[in-house]
Amino acid sequence: MTVLLEVKNLKTQFNTEAGLVKAVDGISYEVYEQEIVGLVGESGCGKSVSQLSVMQLIPTPPGKIVEGEVLFEGKDLLKLPENGAEIRAIRGGKIAMIFQEPMTSLNPVMSINQQISEMMQIHQGLTASEARKRSIELLAEVGIPAAESRIDDYPHQFSGGMRQRVMIAMGLSCNPKLLIADEPTTALDVTTQAVLLELMKDMVERFNTALVIVTHNLGVVARYATRIYVMYAGRVVESGKTKDIFSQPLHPYTIGLLKCIPRLDEVRGRRLVPIKGLPPNLVRMPPRCAFFPRCPYRIDRCHKEPWPPLSRVRAEHDVSCFVHMEGKVSGLN
Amino acid sequence: MEKEIQESDLEFDEAPRRVSSWKRFRRVFFGRKVVIYGVVVISLLVITVIFTPLLAPYDPYTTNVRNILAPPSTAHWLGTDTLGRDILSRIIYGSRNALFIGLIAVGFAATAGMLLGLIAGYFGGIIGAVIMRIIDSIQSIPMIMFAVTIAAFLGGGLQNVVIALGIALIAPYARLMCGQVLSVKQNDYILRAKAIGASDFRIMFKHIVPNCFPPLIVLMTMQVGHAILSEASLSFLGIGIKPPAAAWGSMVSEGYQYLLRSPQLSIVPGLAIMIVVFAYNMAGDGLRDALDPKLRGTL
Repeated sequence: MTVLLEVKNLKTQFNTEAGLVKAVDGISYEVYEQEIVGLVGESGCGKSVSQLSVMQLIPTPPGKIVEGEVLFEGKDLLKLPENGAEIRAIRGGKIAMIFQEPMTSLNPVMSINQQISEMMQIHQGLTASEARKRSIELLAEVGIPAAESRIDDYPHQFSGGMRQRVMIAMGLSCNPKLLIADEPTTALDVTTQAVLLELMKDMVERFNTALVIVTHNLGVVARYATRIYVMYAGRVVESGKTKDIFSQPLHPYTIGLLKCIPRLDEVRGRRLVPIKGLPPNLVRMPPRCAFFPRCPYRIDRCHKEPWPPLSRVRAEHDVSCFVHMEGKVSGLN
Repeated sequence: MEKEIQESDLEFDEAPRRVSSWKRFRRVFFGRKVVIYGVVVISLLVITVIFTPLLAPYDPYTTNVRNILAPPSTAHWLGTDTLGRDILSRIIYGSRNALFIGLIAVGFAATAGMLLGLIAGYFGGIIGAVIMRIIDSIQSIPMIMFAVTIAAFLGGGLQNVVIALGIALIAPYARLMCGQVLSVKQNDYILRAKAIGASDFRIMFKHIVPNCFPPLIVLMTMQVGHAILSEASLSFLGIGIKPPAAAWGSMVSEGYQYLLRSPQLSIVPGLAIMIVVFAYNMAGDGLRDALDPKLRGTL
């Protein structure tokens, strides 16, 4: 498989009144062609910002990408002129994005047809009537009944789930190489979530598109992603194949996350163990491991030395933790 | 026995029949009676402007010193003014100014103000600051002073009054638009538009502008009355529409000196202004509702 997207040491910072927020602090990851990758972490850990950075959509000011490379098909997207024709051709045409809030991500004064067509008119130069025909097909494909009569409706006439279907149709309309879904199901109810995730998986398979699912929900990635990156405080703390991460998590944070979700294959009556404390304040980050104050496995080194780099512990399984570097794995799991 | 559910039972209710957007627009627009009133009055105004010479019973400039300040009679339905000119004829001739000042001056101010506000709000930064500080400084001069300066510079006459008022009225549109753009710009759908590779131009005119319309339309309909009355102020100061020409605003200001003796001199053109301004307001209201997509397809 060939690498489609390679993010290297990406750092995005925001200049706020409270100080410099290091929202993304040197993350690296790659996405292979036609692969589904999960990016997991809690609110404010830099998941969304990292994805917006890839698309060069960080509002500047206050945001700024200070370092790093985003290689897409071998070309560094961060070197392209801001808002120039080249990056615009990639946005939507090669990398499409689905946003978290289907309720606010559609323009209220444009009909569904206009919004789906717009992208094809921009990138493929279709005429309005060609684009309309294709929009109806796409709308039917994402499972909206009576697509032909709904195509001229306005977003407020659609439910949240239907709007997210519209977003998926839009995302795939130009046959992109990569689809980034930023918390695509967070705003929806659980049954709709499941249906939409199936739909999304189905669609990316049919369109041969790679998919990055950004989520705080481990359940979402467990089922669909082949590989997972776990993020904490703007960094990737663990990465590996989905099944490895779920069966043998390495980082104390991942272990903590898995301990606080109920599982079907377990003895009943087990108490869920929450992770104590709060995520760190991204403004005043000490140079050491950000998970240190909440970590039940911490050792002396964690306090004294700067954040350890990701290092390979097992095949295709990386973690950034001193406990593992010292080989004291027995305490974990 | 439980009835097995058939696939055919699960069919969706048939969606409401689609109506064309023009039909929908008409249905919403003419759904309210006051809007119809507004449209009728504006249509009458337009007809009056087109057929002015045919409709006016007398020449509006012919003076008759033997019949000054006559009360309404069968010969002169609305009486005569200080020079014995027929008031009805002057009202009819004055409709031209009411229409032009109302539509063209306000239309120009709204378009220019909207563009400036859009650019300032969308790009922000230095461009935005420069535009908005200029607008601020214009707004710090009383509107009428500003119009007087421009009118004095250009000279009187309908055309120059329209230009003067058009420029003087830009500031509130620019301010309002800038604020609107700043808030609309924050919406997720603008970020999405960027994420699909839309250019700045497309985002500004296809995504932002239509979302900013409602308050602008309201402001425009309110400004129309303001503009017609400002014409009166300019005329009063002697730099508006030159005296013999009939204009409602100047008729009000000319007549006020005789308010006790012949109140119709001021009241009639005043009423004409009121009726037309109200009509513009109502038509604007209807337009705002008809352009609101939330009402589209539901009525």
